[in-house]
Amino acid sequence: MGRNVVRAWVLLLAAVGFSICYYKVSVLGLPLKPQQSTEVWMVQAKLNFQGDGGPAIMELYLPNVIPGYLKLDEDFISGGFGLAVQDEGDNRKAQWAIRRARDLKSLYYRIAVARSEQQGAWQSRPAFPQAPDYPEPYASAIQSVLDEARTTSADVATYTAEILQQLNSPTPNENVELLRNNANSAEQWVKEIINVLKGVRIPARILWGITTSDASSHSQLEPLLQVHNGQKWLTFNPLTSERGIPANFLAWKVGDDTLFHLTGGKLVDATFSVTKSYKEQIDVARSGAEHANSVFTEFSLLALPVQSQNIYRLLLMVPIGALIVVFMRTLVGISTFGTFMPILIALAFRETQLLWGVLLFSMIVAFGLMIRFYLERLMLLLIPRLASILIIVVILMLLISMVSNQLEAERLLSVALFPMVIMAMTIERMSITWEESGARDAILQGLGSLVVAILGYLAMTSEQLMYVMFVFPELLLVILAGCLWVGRYNGYRLLELYRFREMKSIER
Amino acid sequence: MICSPWKLKRQGILSINRRNADLIMRYNPRRLFPLVDNKLKTKELALQHGIAVPKLLGVVEIYHQIKQLAPFLEKHNDFVIKPAHGSGGSGILVVTGRNGKSFCKAGGDFIDLDHLAHHTSNILSGMYSLGGLKDQAIIEYRVKFDPMFASISYQGVPDIRVIVFKGLPVAAMLRLPTRESEGKANLHQGAMGVGIDIATGQTCGGVYREQFCNIHPDTRESTDNIQIPHWRNILELATKCADTVGLGYLGVDIVLDEELGPLMLELNARPGLNVQIANGAGLLKMLDQVESLDSLPVDINERVALAIGLSQKARLKGDASIESL
Repeated sequence: MGRNVVRAWVLLLAAVGFSICYYKVSVLGLPLKPQQSTEVWMVQAKLNFQGDGGPAIMELYLPNVIPGYLKLDEDFISGGFGLAVQDEGDNRKAQWAIRRARDLKSLYYRIAVARSEQQGAWQSRPAFPQAPDYPEPYASAIQSVLDEARTTSADVATYTAEILQQLNSPTPNENVELLRNNANSAEQWVKEIINVLKGVRIPARILWGITTSDASSHSQLEPLLQVHNGQKWLTFNPLTSERGIPANFLAWKVGDDTLFHLTGGKLVDATFSVTKSYKEQIDVARSGAEHANSVFTEFSLLALPVQSQNIYRLLLMVPIGALIVVFMRTLVGISTFGTFMPILIALAFRETQLLWGVLLFSMIVAFGLMIRFYLERLMLLLIPRLASILIIVVILMLLISMVSNQLEAERLLSVALFPMVIMAMTIERMSITWEESGARDAILQGLGSLVVAILGYLAMTSEQLMYVMFVFPELLLVILAGCLWVGRYNGYRLLELYRFREMKSIER
Repeated sequence: MICSPWKLKRQGILSINRRNADLIMRYNPRRLFPLVDNKLKTKELALQHGIAVPKLLGVVEIYHQIKQLAPFLEKHNDFVIKPAHGSGGSGILVVTGRNGKSFCKAGGDFIDLDHLAHHTSNILSGMYSLGGLKDQAIIEYRVKFDPMFASISYQGVPDIRVIVFKGLPVAAMLRLPTRESEGKANLHQGAMGVGIDIATGQTCGGVYREQFCNIHPDTRESTDNIQIPHWRNILELATKCADTVGLGYLGVDIVLDEELGPLMLELNARPGLNVQIANGAGLLKMLDQVESLDSLPVDINERVALAIGLSQKARLKGDASIESL
């Protein structure tokens, strides 16, 4: 195949990629830049259950009052199920029902929200609770907490704040210690506080919600404390005593009932995922698809389930990393261990942050190399030796985690995110290079790998690039064209200009 | 610090990318690589075609055979043990003589039979082969290299690397072991390369650690204007190797034995580019000339004569352009 065939492919692929992209920008009006101001949060609840064969009913609480957010859209995916949504006090509940539930069933609920100034309020008016008869020694402990708080407070709000201050004090007295021992989770802790508040007949309840600051495929609902002051519900953070609903907290439901309830089946799993997307883009894509009936928006990645969207966001960055490797090796001439190992390291850096990533990586490789040199003397066969290195890498990771836990260096705990097989292979390759071509080459190649990994990390974490690749995946064709083009590059590498530096002195 | 790409191009310097894409991929079919990567296969092939190589004394293929080393070695006073798949000269043990039960190594140390057996089993376990695959140990004749190189090499065996393109020798260099290369003739590991004029067999110029150099770094002797003996034979041997193995772009490593003359040591399907710095001239002009020839003579003698003619022409052109400056 001649050079011209490659050239034709490069031009064709680049032209197709760029024209689709151009069409989407100019005709469909998709923006080229992510617009932070109109972030749209898509929260998805996914319930999987195994039907018993008979009738099944799944009940799920839905967000109802959402202070600080604006509900943009909401939808249910419930193939074959009958769906009813009803209000229940301050809550709202969806009920899916089916006559015969066999095999695995999946139910989805999706809500799209955007931050807003709007302040919704819960309308219900609770009755005053009866003061309970606390058993000893709790009775006296609670009494002393309540008495102490009463002297420095004026109303329900300040009283509650004062009680929380005491219960969360960094230097707790023995009464507080006693109460704290009862609570092992945030939920239990809120219930404990509600119980204490009953002692002075303050109506209180638990508020569940979800944090929308990061995209995440497995989010958890978190509890807050609410008290009623006779006019409205006030919200407190049970752990920090802060008043008000935290920013990024999407209220979901109130009260003690479980979030969902299933009859006639066995729950397999229930996952909550959060993704960030962009308002204009979705609106434009939707209206564009309606008007132009365009294939490109119907086949958009934005139409995928929210959980897969997060995966594709990452997946689409891998070709960018590959292109960087191609450039660095073929055009610059940096040598690395393994062709695509630097990309995998770069992916790990995404989780650990750059500085810590580089530090941890160097640490593990350095320790691993020392041990590998000892293994060399034991003269093991290849496969058992590789397996031993792998085990040693895992042990090193464990040790680093344990030591950092003792030192309370949380960042170092992220060592577990490194792909250990890749680390083991790096150590093996590095030691072989060390033996065959000397320390200089081994260290140079190690540094080369690290440099390419850092560059890959910088490119692969760029918000702009991530957005562009996700909204315009046809740019993959352009990347492919770039690789093909470099594939037929037969000129000098940048580092060869240094390697052949002596030729400068020859006149010809 | 660096040389501009235009200047490199003017001098016809071959780059790694170009070597890989335009030479190795086009002229070296992958199925032929095992012939040069396995030194035992290379040797067998050479023997079949009457190419002079260091005599094969024996092969150790399985651990069990190591026990028979002692009676086998009785017959040989000096020999070399090396891995069939070794790279860059690693794992080569040279025995120059014996004193009773012990063997004298090239550096002057004495070792016993146990040590020798251990080294052999290391070779078999794949310690020196790429990727650690199981390997064979070759026992062969120890080359007594021509004493004329004694003053310009530090231990080890100097050899001559000839680059053969489409059956025509296009460039050559003398590779001299140094203290840094630990007796190995591999430039990457710190050996010195000295350019050889294809037309005359005279040395001129040289490279050590990527820099021009015409004095051996350890012996401090000049490496200029040495006439390589048997030069015509060396060119013919290299050409014959290329014909035999069928690779279009080939590096042939040749040693000069005091008594037996030029012997082919090993072949390389991906020869490096340092020969260009050693000769102070790029390969591209010669390669282009060879590629532009319509037909090549079948006879080896005629082809060597053609290569010498091309090289003279290239040199004259070069000199002319220097004068015109």
